[in-house]
Amino acid sequence: MPPVPAVQVTDLCYTYSQSAQFVIDIKDWTLNKGEGIFLYGPSGCGKSTLLNLLAGVLKPTAGEIRLLGEDFSKLKNRQRDKFRAQHIGVVFQQFNLIHYLSVLDNLLLATKFSGTRVNKDEISHLVTELQLSVDIFNRKASQLSVGQQQRVAIARALINKPELLIVDEPTSALDEDARDSFMQLLVSLTQTFGCTLIFVSHDKTLAKYFHTRVNFTELNQGVMPNVS
Amino acid sequence: MLVKLAFESLKSRSSSVILTLLSIIISVALLITVEHVRLEAKNSFNRTISGVDLIVGARTGQINVLLYSVFRVGSASNVMSWESYQELKSNPMVAWSAPISLGDSHHGHSVIGTTKDYFEHYKYGNKQPLTFSSGDVFNDIFGAVVGADVAAENNYKVGDKIVLSHGTGHVSFSHHDQAPFHVTGILKSTGTPVDQTIHVSLQGLNAVHLSKTALSKVVEAYNNKQHVDLPESGINAVFLGLSSPIASLQIQRKVNTYEKEALSAIIPGVALNELWQLIGMVENLLLVIAFMILIASILGLSTMLLASMRERHHEFAVLRAIGAGPLVIFGMIQIEALLLAFTGAVLALLVVWLGLHLSSSYLSEHFGLFIDTNIFHANTFILFAIVMLVTCFIAFIPAISAYRTALHTGLSK
Ligand SMILES: Nc1ncnc2c1ncn2[C@@H]1O[C@H](COP(=O)(O)OP(=O)(O)OP(=O)(O)O)[C@@H](O)[C@H]1O
Ligand SMILES: [Mg+2]
Repeated sequence: MPPVPAVQVTDLCYTYSQSAQFVIDIKDWTLNKGEGIFLYGPSGCGKSTLLNLLAGVLKPTAGEIRLLGEDFSKLKNRQRDKFRAQHIGVVFQQFNLIHYLSVLDNLLLATKFSGTRVNKDEISHLVTELQLSVDIFNRKASQLSVGQQQRVAIARALINKPELLIVDEPTSALDEDARDSFMQLLVSLTQTFGCTLIFVSHDKTLAKYFHTRVNFTELNQGVMPNVS
Repeated sequence: MLVKLAFESLKSRSSSVILTLLSIIISVALLITVEHVRLEAKNSFNRTISGVDLIVGARTGQINVLLYSVFRVGSASNVMSWESYQELKSNPMVAWSAPISLGDSHHGHSVIGTTKDYFEHYKYGNKQPLTFSSGDVFNDIFGAVVGADVAAENNYKVGDKIVLSHGTGHVSFSHHDQAPFHVTGILKSTGTPVDQTIHVSLQGLNAVHLSKTALSKVVEAYNNKQHVDLPESGINAVFLGLSSPIASLQIQRKVNTYEKEALSAIIPGVALNELWQLIGMVENLLLVIAFMILIASILGLSTMLLASMRERHHEFAVLRAIGAGPLVIFGMIQIEALLLAFTGAVLALLVVWLGLHLSSSYLSEHFGLFIDTNIFHANTFILFAIVMLVTCFIAFIPAISAYRTALHTGLSK
C-alpha cells in the first residue's frame, strides 16, 4: 500500500469573486509526507492565495484538496478550523503573535484551539531548541525583537506537532544573520518533527535549504497578473 | 479562555477603554439612581401618613392641604376658625381629631402646635404609631416633643431648652426667646417628615404670638405653676379619624359645603395619589432620558470596538491561523463588550451606593425625601440585566463586523 500523501490537489480552481484578473488552476499536485518544498514565484502570482487554500482559510471555487487523506475542501467551516488547529502549523511574514499576550499565553492559546495537552517541559524544550531563553515566557509578545517573534512563531506553529507546516515569507523582516539562523532552525526542527513543509519565498537564495523547489508559475495553469 | 483573551485585549487598549468605561459608569449610575429615587420617593410618599381618614383645612387645593399639613412644605396661609373645629369635633361620626398649627421654625425645622391626640392617633407606614425613644408627650404649655432627626442633629436630650423662631427657614430674625420651651420627649425615627418636626402644644404656640407683655404674664404664671387661661385661636388643619371608613365621603361633603366658613376636606390617600402622579410624570420622563443616555453610552462602546477593527486585523489573522473560527472572534467581541458593560455597571452600583450614603441626610433634611441607601433590590438587578441585554444587542454591530473581517482575513494579511 502506497503511503498517504500529505497534500493532494486535484483540478483546483480559485478566483477572488469572479475576477478574471487572477485565477489559480492546478490540475494535479502531490506532496509526500515529510517532504519539504521551496515554493517561489514573482510577487502577486498567487503563492499566498494557494497557502490560504491549503490552510482552509479560503475555499476552492472548484476541485479538491486532500490533506493527510482527508477531503479537506469538503469539510464544514468549523471542522476545517478544527483540522487547521490540529494538523497545520502556520508562520507568516510578520505579526504572528497576539501582541498583548505573553509568549507563554500565545503558545498555550494554540493548544487550546487544537485541544491538545502539552506540558510545560515540552514547551520549554521547544523554546530552548529555538535558542530562546526561557525567561521570555512571561514577556509580552510586543516586547520581543522581530527575530525573537519569528522564532516564537515557529514554536507556536510546532506546538501541536502538526503534520503540515505552512510558512509564508517568514524572513523578509529579518536581517541576513537572523535569516540564516532562522532557516537552519526551521529546517532542522521540521526534520525532527517529521512534518511536511511548504515554504514560500521570492528570495531564491533560500532555496539552498530545500531539496525540492517548485516554481509557482509552472505549477499554476491559470491567469496570473503581469508575471514576467 | 476567551474571557482572558478579551480581557487582555481590552487591557492593551486601556486609554479608549477607560474613557468608554467612564461613560458607562456615568450612564448606568444615572439610570440606577433615577429608578431607585423614583421607587424610594413613592415609598416615602405613601409611608408618610396612614390611619388618618380626612384632613380638613381652610379652602384650597387638596395637594396644597397635603403639602403643608403632612409634608410641612409651603405655608398654610389660610386659617380655620376654632369654632368650626369644635363643631367638626362634636360630629358623632368623628372618632378622634388632632388639630395642627404651623408657621414657626427651629433651626430650619418646622414647628407644629398640636394636642396629645396627635401622638396617639397619627400613624405612618403600615399603620405604625409614633413611639418615643425617650421622654413622653408634653404635659404643660411649653413642653416640646422633637423628631428623631431634630434630636440627633442638635444633640437634644429631655429637659433641654429650645428657642422657636418666627416664620420658616433657617435664618429668622425674630426669635421667641422669652418662651421657655423645653424638650419633654424624643420620637423614634419614622422615615417621614415627623422626624424633622418639633411638636409643641397649641397653647404654647398661641402664647408666643401674644404681645410681649401678655407673654411675660403667661410665663410668670407658668413659672409659678399657676393655671393660665389662653384664648384659643385658629388652626391650620385638623387630622380626623372617623367611626367608620364609609363616613369619609359624608363628612367630606359636609365640610366642603360648610356654610359658615370655606373649608376643604381631603382624603390623604387620594391626595397622595394625585401628588404622586404629578411628580411621577417628571420621574418617568427622567427615567426615559436616563435610558437614552444609557443607549448613547453603549453605542459609544460599540463605536469604540468598531473603530478598533482595523488595527486588530493582525490579531484576527493570528487567531484564524491557530484554528479560531469566525464565531470565536464574534464571541470575543461580544465578551469584550459585556465585560466592559459589566465592569461599568458594577462600578456604577458602587458609585450610587456611596453617593446615596453621602447624600441621604441632606435629601431628607432639605427635601423631606427619605431615600433608603440600600440599592440592592430586585429593580436594580433588573436594570442590571437590561444593561447587559442592551449591550449584547448593540454589540452585535461590531461583533458582526469582526465576524466578517475574520471570515475574509487571509493568513498573512
Ligand atoms: N482578498 C483579495 N481579493 C481580491 N484579490 C486578491 C486578494 N488577495 C490577493 N488578491 C490578488 O490575487 C493575486 C495573488 O495574490 P497573492 O497574495 O496570492 O500573491 P503572492 O504570490 O503571495 O504575492 P507576494 O509574493 O507579493 O506575497 C494578486 O494579483 C492579488 O492582487
Ligand atoms: Mg504572499
